[in-house]
Amino acid sequence: MSADQIRQVIMKILCRIAPDNDLTALKDEVPFREQMELDSMDFLDIVMELRKLYRVQIPEEDYGFLNTMASTVQYLIPKLQTATA
Amino acid sequence: MLFEGGGSPMSDPNQRIVITGIGLTSPNGNSLAEFRANLLAGKSGVSNYEIRYIGETLAGVCNFDPLRYQKRKDVRRGTRAGSIAIYCANEAVQQSGLSWPDVPKNRVGVFIGITEHGNVETENEIFEISKFNYDTSVWSHHHNPRTVANSPAGEVTLSLGITGPHLCIGAACAAGNAGFIQGLQMLRLGEVDLAIAGGVSESIHTFGIFAGFKSQGALATNPEPTRASRPFDLDRNGIVVAEGGGLLTLERLPDALRRGARIYGEIVGHAMNSDATDFVLPDPTRQAECMRLALQRAGIGPESIDLVSSHATATEQGDIEESQAIHSVFGDRMSLAINNTKSFIGHAMGAAGALELLGNLPAFDDHFAHATINLDQPDPRCALPQIVANTPRKMDRVEYILNNSFGMLGINSAVIVKRYSGDQEE
Repeated sequence: MSADQIRQVIMKILCRIAPDNDLTALKDEVPFREQMELDSMDFLDIVMELRKLYRVQIPEEDYGFLNTMASTVQYLIPKLQTATA
Repeated sequence: MLFEGGGSPMSDPNQRIVITGIGLTSPNGNSLAEFRANLLAGKSGVSNYEIRYIGETLAGVCNFDPLRYQKRKDVRRGTRAGSIAIYCANEAVQQSGLSWPDVPKNRVGVFIGITEHGNVETENEIFEISKFNYDTSVWSHHHNPRTVANSPAGEVTLSLGITGPHLCIGAACAAGNAGFIQGLQMLRLGEVDLAIAGGVSESIHTFGIFAGFKSQGALATNPEPTRASRPFDLDRNGIVVAEGGGLLTLERLPDALRRGARIYGEIVGHAMNSDATDFVLPDPTRQAECMRLALQRAGIGPESIDLVSSHATATEQGDIEESQAIHSVFGDRMSLAINNTKSFIGHAMGAAGALELLGNLPAFDDHFAHATINLDQPDPRCALPQIVANTPRKMDRVEYILNNSFGMLGINSAVIVKRYSGDQEE
């Protein structure tokens, strides 16, 4: 899966867990929590959705990599290398 | 004992609890006005319904707009019971005329009766992990906050910023009345100054309740959905499961008068007791005792009651037992009217007792007892000549309404509401 494809996957997940937010202007380098209403349970939704969709296991110590869209995509590239969008 | 004989402390105005706001959603109405109009018009809310594993069946389904009081995210985060409770609580508060920003939120309590809670979410999660070979690592982290037993009441506190006590009262199908009673007691104890109380149900979203009633031989079937819920009728064949909610704002009489609130009625009597005989089968002796205790606490005799809102669910045995109980208390007095709301909407479980009382409260003003529909051939074993069959009955007077609600494990409840007639009462 390419970086663009991974970004699209993350955007779809964010749209599901924050349906009241307009994400069209989401900035990739700015932390998610500064741009949208996200609490710890929402954050776990991102982890859970990735687990369900691609069987990606994200250990708790790696949660910090999911801070921004850019860092999330970078973190997921090797894990989703062989996955199809 | 606080009051001699367990009686009502009517001499102390601060112990008098009145209804000042009503919020509801029912399969045939999302406001009291709409609900009442459809009850008087004989309009059923039962429809075809499909649910996982069961397939085609019947149910009473509500069509209120959850986004009226919730964001999409809140709907997703919470439960159906929570959405129902939030809708009803907000409607009740709006209707009460309270200036909500000025209400001290730490003096408000939320007391919501439920028949069950958590089955919907548990079934959904098991279905979800079944797609992953039962890998529990995909079990939702939302499961616990959604399934704790206080969840619907807690969602109301989040919606309205209430910081007083909240709890759900598990009371099977007596839960609606149990919610009212809890609210009344907390006001009388001085624990709160405003109670949001009643009952809710999300039960149509759990296949288990349909499957359980079907296995018990107690799930209604009928080619015409609106004809399926038939309490007291010879052709009744079981329960139509429904969802819904009914919540009141309850206040002490002096508080309500001080702010010039509209008063829909005063809860003057209540009782709860237990059969202690069977898991499922009711006991008419204990049901009658429950009604008599409510009358005693109201300080009135059975001759004072004008309208009995029956619990009957259209099961073979339950309708007969309740008929015996009502007859043993009220006899054949024909000035009494007995009706049944489940014939319109099915059995709304935790909300049943609440909706059944609320739909009858307008009788204080319009002097009609709404009907029991689908009563084509009255079962002679349900020998209650006062049942209002198929068309509403004009009443000479409606001063007192008694609302029955009974449930599994032999839980019985009765609530008596008196018309509030203003200055004559003060």
